[in-house]
Amino acid sequence: MMQRRMLLAGAGAGALGLAAPGIVRAQGRTEIQFWYGLAGVLGERVAEQVKRFNDSQSAVTVVPTFKGTYTEVLTGAIAAWRAGNPPHIAQIFEVGTATMMAAGPAVRPVHQLLADSGVELDPKRYLPGVRGYYSDPKGRLVSMPHNSSSAVMWINLDAFQKAGLSTTELPKTWAQVRAAAEKLKAANATPAPLTTSWPTWVMFEQMSAIHDVPFATQANGFEGMNAELQLTGPFFRKHVDFLLALQKDGLFRYGGRDNSADALFVNGEAAISCMSSALRSRVEREATFKWASVPLPYHDDVIQAPKNGVIGGASLWALTARNRTPAEYKGVAEFFRFISQPEQDLWWHQATGYVPITLGAYEKAKAEGYYRQNPGADAAIIQLSRAEPTPNSMGFRLGGFVEIRNIIQEELEKAFQGQQTAAQALESANRRGNVVLRNFERANRA
Amino acid sequence: MNRKVIFRGVALPYALLAPQLAITILFFFWPAGQAIWFSFLRQDAFGIRTQFVGLENFADLFADPLYIAVIWNTVVFSISVAALSLAVALLLAVLADRQIRGAGVYRTLLIWPYAIAPAVAAVLWIFMFHPTIGLFGRMLNGLGIAWDYKLNGGQAMLVVILASAWKQVSYNFIFFLAGLQSIPRSVLEAASIDGAKPVRRFWTIVFPLLSPTTFFLLVVNLTYAFFDTFGVIDALTKGGPAKATETLIYRAYVDGRVNLDLGTSSAQSVVLMLAVIALTALQFRFIERRVHY
Repeated sequence: MMQRRMLLAGAGAGALGLAAPGIVRAQGRTEIQFWYGLAGVLGERVAEQVKRFNDSQSAVTVVPTFKGTYTEVLTGAIAAWRAGNPPHIAQIFEVGTATMMAAGPAVRPVHQLLADSGVELDPKRYLPGVRGYYSDPKGRLVSMPHNSSSAVMWINLDAFQKAGLSTTELPKTWAQVRAAAEKLKAANATPAPLTTSWPTWVMFEQMSAIHDVPFATQANGFEGMNAELQLTGPFFRKHVDFLLALQKDGLFRYGGRDNSADALFVNGEAAISCMSSALRSRVEREATFKWASVPLPYHDDVIQAPKNGVIGGASLWALTARNRTPAEYKGVAEFFRFISQPEQDLWWHQATGYVPITLGAYEKAKAEGYYRQNPGADAAIIQLSRAEPTPNSMGFRLGGFVEIRNIIQEELEKAFQGQQTAAQALESANRRGNVVLRNFERANRA
Repeated sequence: MNRKVIFRGVALPYALLAPQLAITILFFFWPAGQAIWFSFLRQDAFGIRTQFVGLENFADLFADPLYIAVIWNTVVFSISVAALSLAVALLLAVLADRQIRGAGVYRTLLIWPYAIAPAVAAVLWIFMFHPTIGLFGRMLNGLGIAWDYKLNGGQAMLVVILASAWKQVSYNFIFFLAGLQSIPRSVLEAASIDGAKPVRRFWTIVFPLLSPTTFFLLVVNLTYAFFDTFGVIDALTKGGPAKATETLIYRAYVDGRVNLDLGTSSAQSVVLMLAVIALTALQFRFIERRVHY
């Protein structure tokens, strides 16, 4: 028993590597293993995307395998690499970006992969907000943009109507959100007026970008591994105090970590929720009420013209292996080229609710009148592209970011339980997060 | 001379032992050795850059107040789980030991929960205690009790203790029942004739005679609470809210698999290994002494 835990915790390499399939050639087609971490409807779309590619040509077969959550894909791919048998492509969530970028020989940067395979893809074809997140300091793509979303505010319009609120003039600032929540509560329109998914991503990462406030030094880690968190600043203090006050007045319900609050909006428990824009397909299918999605609110006493938000989601990484042939790398490059075609990207955007990753697809969708027919489908795109990215809104490149996110969630939970104040929560999150950053820096310094 | 009668040479006995030894070495000693080695290292997630740091991982661990808090959590959690599951199982076993109609069915039903995987057990408890979808969760909130184990640490601890203890009741029940059935009837009858009432008979005869079983189960239950409750905690609370339900085994998992820090995680595994060795040694010593009464 004990030893089995050891395997899990200490030496995952051996155990997990066994699952990685070797290089197989079927009917002269190069086989490419692709591990992904999207479940449900979105997982079906990934399989469909791969099938479109496989049907489009006869040299390469991409084999998609669902590997569990994003975290499980990341740990699985790392264990497989350590065992010498990784997949060709791994879908890694955006918070794993710094870990992957520090992985050196384990990954083949996309720009190099494309150059080696003679495949040309102009980085300029990708949306700037998407491209920036996955580029090295020289502006070259390191991983392949795949599924990008942003956090937007989802509103239950039936509840708004019940509370006598306008269903066309929706809240834009946090003050307006609070006023609306008060009316929703007074009218008892839903059990909870307001909630949020991804507490750290929405309330810290997105908010710092939108308000042009640093989350960490060194341009949020883009300029070096020696970045330090900046959570004790006045902005975060103000915002967490604001959330605690909402909760105290019964206007906000904490729905749990990561995306566990998604269900609260979808089944009508909460009238307003900040969630991923990629939830569109689920909301369309499951919500039994009229709804809208709009850009995230901002504090108008901090900033009048909010900056761009940051992306979430995942990108595709090409992993290396000792016995990997040029043909296999070329197969990976061909797949990347395929999904970057505007018509394929347009399909992906409309089938999933993720933002288009290429400008071409965005223009096509606009020309088709897609956003007129589907109001709110462009909320995330508008939010991502409404301003020129500043060092505070380019994105995040922090080592151990998964852990930092959890630390912030833990400290928030303590504050929501009334065990500590906003200032204490932020101070403690800042200190613990910096320990993570220093450990990562030490472990990854060449 | 004698030895040759049993086995000629040493090749055959070693060959016969080889499969067992190979399995033990490959699946037990090798990973355990790896964990011990890793606990002295600091490395990046991919294992590309590795440096030897000696006991630094251990020093960091015990200097971390959060780790000390996790140790306390584990102690509270394990003792509660063991006490609760032993008490309930003993009560049920005493009741089932009597001459009742359908005793077989009753006993079989009580054994069922043992066959349920921890994660599934946790899901069943979610359906009961989730604040918005759970039967009891909604009821409690309806009664005006602010029940939300996703935000209230004490309530979260209560739910994981209940779910973990419930899972173990069946196992304890089987052993207690067997123990009860091996108590000589003549002793109990003699006590009855002397005028001892059932409660007195239980505490003066049954309970002391059950003590070897109870002690064995106590050790097994503590080990269970230490190491096998990962599934329940992961499915119910993921160690939260804050760190209210994080136990040693869960933290080792989080640091190794989620936070990709193998050095710290391995150091924690080594600490756990020492803990289980201590528990086992205690068990053997005690049972050696107490099993023959």
